[in-house]
Amino acid sequence: MIREPQISLAIAHHELHKPDNKLDLFTKRSMRIQITFSKKGAMRFTGHLDLHRAWERTFRRAALPLAYSHGYNPRPKMNLASALPLGFTSQCEVIDVRLESELPLTAIQTALERSLPPGIEMIEISEIDLKDPPLQTQLAASEFVITFLDPFPELEARTQELLSADTLPRERRGKTYDLHPLIEELNPLADDGAGHQRLFVRLTALGGATGRPEEVLHAMQYDPLAAHVHRTQLVFSNQ
Amino acid sequence: MVNKAKQIQSRLERILPGVQKPGRYTGGELNQVVKDWHSVQTTTALVFPDIYDLGMSNLGLAILYDLINQRSDALAERAFSPWPDMEAALRQAGLPLYSLETRHPLAEFDIIGFSLPYETLYTNTLNILDLADVPVFSAERTAEHPLVIAGGHSTFNPEPMHPFIDAFVIGEGEEVIQEIIDVHQEWKTTHGSRSELLHAMSQIWGIYVPSLYQAHYHQDGTFSHLEKRIDEAPLPITKRILAKLPPPTTNLIVPSIDTVHNRVPVEIMRGCTRGCRFCHAGMITRPVRERPVEEIIQAIHQALARTGFEEIGLLSLSSSDYTHVLELINKVSQEFEGRHLSVSLPSLRIESFSVELMDALKDTRRSGFTLAPEAATERMRKIINKPVSTQQLLDTARAIYERGWTNLKLYFMIGHPSETLEDVQAIADLCKAVLAEGRKMVGKKAQVTAGVSTFVPKPHTPFQWVPCDTIEQIEAKQDLLMKELRGRNLKLKWNSPEDTMLEAWLSRGDRRLAQVVYQAWKRGAKFDAWNEHFRYDLWLEAFAAAGLAPEFYTHRERPIDETFPWEHISTTLRKKFLTEDYLWSLQGRTRVDCRERCFACGILPTFADMRRRNPGEVWQCPEVKSKKIKVDDIYGEKPGFIRS
Repeated sequence: MIREPQISLAIAHHELHKPDNKLDLFTKRSMRIQITFSKKGAMRFTGHLDLHRAWERTFRRAALPLAYSHGYNPRPKMNLASALPLGFTSQCEVIDVRLESELPLTAIQTALERSLPPGIEMIEISEIDLKDPPLQTQLAASEFVITFLDPFPELEARTQELLSADTLPRERRGKTYDLHPLIEELNPLADDGAGHQRLFVRLTALGGATGRPEEVLHAMQYDPLAAHVHRTQLVFSNQ
Repeated sequence: MVNKAKQIQSRLERILPGVQKPGRYTGGELNQVVKDWHSVQTTTALVFPDIYDLGMSNLGLAILYDLINQRSDALAERAFSPWPDMEAALRQAGLPLYSLETRHPLAEFDIIGFSLPYETLYTNTLNILDLADVPVFSAERTAEHPLVIAGGHSTFNPEPMHPFIDAFVIGEGEEVIQEIIDVHQEWKTTHGSRSELLHAMSQIWGIYVPSLYQAHYHQDGTFSHLEKRIDEAPLPITKRILAKLPPPTTNLIVPSIDTVHNRVPVEIMRGCTRGCRFCHAGMITRPVRERPVEEIIQAIHQALARTGFEEIGLLSLSSSDYTHVLELINKVSQEFEGRHLSVSLPSLRIESFSVELMDALKDTRRSGFTLAPEAATERMRKIINKPVSTQQLLDTARAIYERGWTNLKLYFMIGHPSETLEDVQAIADLCKAVLAEGRKMVGKKAQVTAGVSTFVPKPHTPFQWVPCDTIEQIEAKQDLLMKELRGRNLKLKWNSPEDTMLEAWLSRGDRRLAQVVYQAWKRGAKFDAWNEHFRYDLWLEAFAAAGLAPEFYTHRERPIDETFPWEHISTTLRKKFLTEDYLWSLQGRTRVDCRERCFACGILPTFADMRRRNPGEVWQCPEVKSKKIKVDDIYGEKPGFIRS
């Protein structure tokens, strides 16, 4: 008779401080948000895993209740839609984050903006349905603007060559594949105002069939290290 | 100047995409401090002479960075060693090494400060000066060049680096860095000469300006004495200490790429009272000063809010000895519960209390638990003054496995004085005995990892007289261990004997060894701390070129009355104390923890006033009430090498 209330008291006291406890499911609702952000400056040399960690730390600084996986090595429940190659900049990266309690979106936005590291800026934040499929599975294509740091007089000609080729066999990690069907769009743009030529490219981005801008540059016989690649848009299949 | 920085930036645009881990060379992380160069009087470049990944994990550098940048009249920026691919790219582009914050070439700073915690960074230091277009020899620098200073544990024997560094900082840097900047500012307004600057620096407590002294040797090559070149040069040079530790630094830079220790480091205590005779840190960081629990908790809160780190490291030389360790651990686990924080508490004593401490931290990841018995026989443990019984170790091991840890890491050293192959065999036997305990508790999951390093005799310790094992001796001992410690659940890690030799030469080197460092660097030695870069052959060539014998520095048993080339650097530990402790070790006599009884090592007489002004728990040395402390106690044995 005496023992029971004691036990429940102990749990209540102990578990109040444990936000990841299952009891919370009954008291609070979890929440899923999606953030579109840019990645620039020094942050362009931060790789996929480290970017993940940069976001985790941003949420921790913002004191927002990140949801963590259970088990031996708990990880925050967050997913980046698409890995951006090291060195590229972007204005359209998307991350999907689970919070373990529901908060007003504006409060989340304010807290995050105060806590972001240099090189990351938030462009859009929205709440999405908990049951939506993972972003990675919805990605269809990526769009890039390539800026050529060296003069590339053959740009027009090479663009035409690439587009009119039947196949563009390329090798990556010991496997040959055809780059041609992955190029959905390719056209030179006006220069960037500082005299650098530019190229727009839209590449397929499906699991197992992802076009890479540096491969396009290789195919054009241009050194990818002498170009700056900026991702301008992620195209999702539901859009 | 601004143009130079811009020029570097634009060249980097092309270089960075082509090197490994370009994030090492960009700066721009959260909490980095960028100041306008026109707004300050003194610019300081803080350099850790290894890669970013290691340097960003160095607490000393983080502390100084914060302290300097808190001054409105000074700034601190960072630089690290570029990895060879980046070095090649910089040299090819004709770019100097630059600071991460503003891309200023290092040569444009007023002061370049190197952190030298260990000896294998010496060639990298020369390489950085060279990459910065600063003459590697102090004597070749003019008033136009930066003042090159260095501090850190290895500088307690600064002599192998004496011609390359303008001024060494001996001891704790928090206060002295401010004085260095003040003195530099004063000198700058007078438009003085370089020698005037060095002279002024030498007058600061804790600063050693090697060019103000000349070394003399006996015919047999041993050190005779150090002679002052000017009257005002201090001799000995007494190490700098803080009366009381300031609150921990919480303005920490958050790296955007992974680093070795990517966490909030909080030093809970400085110094150690255990008196292990091999331990350099334990001898040179006395007295023990502790931070209050509340201050530590406060600092963790602040640092987590500023950084978002998911790990904290509670650092000290011996965590279990922190007076309020249980209270601290309980507070940490209460206040930060549920925040998905992992807490590391290194350097725990071999006793079941340590297991309770780790248990209280409630870390769900029970992967490894580390203990450092250092030696496996009780005879050997008495010699090194780490008297832990084998039974105590086995009991602790059992408690560890019992509480759910499956991998026990045991640190040992081979090469202690008078060690025999039987003592080494005992290491293997002990590991097996520990594993057997583990099997009883957790079955086949039980694992033992033995990290067996080789002892290097260090200056300013009771073992500064003893010879280091030869390569052949080390190999014989390692062969034995490799043969014995096999099997799926028994892992062995060791250092290459050649690495040990390098550390041994440089640890107890004299001024003549500087020529060897220079010759080795000239031949391409760098990143000596990295297996894939360390070139033992280059060092042997360098010894030959300098006309010196490596064995002289390592394998010679030094006579008890030998004067050492580092004795002008005073840790305030009396040589009489060290000599007695060495002789005791030969008899297998131990000393208890000096919290229990003061052995008059020399700290208290030297800093009696400081202790009197900081009574109570701040220090772990006995209280000083009387104002009468005999000065003779401090320098009772007037060192023979002081000849002015």
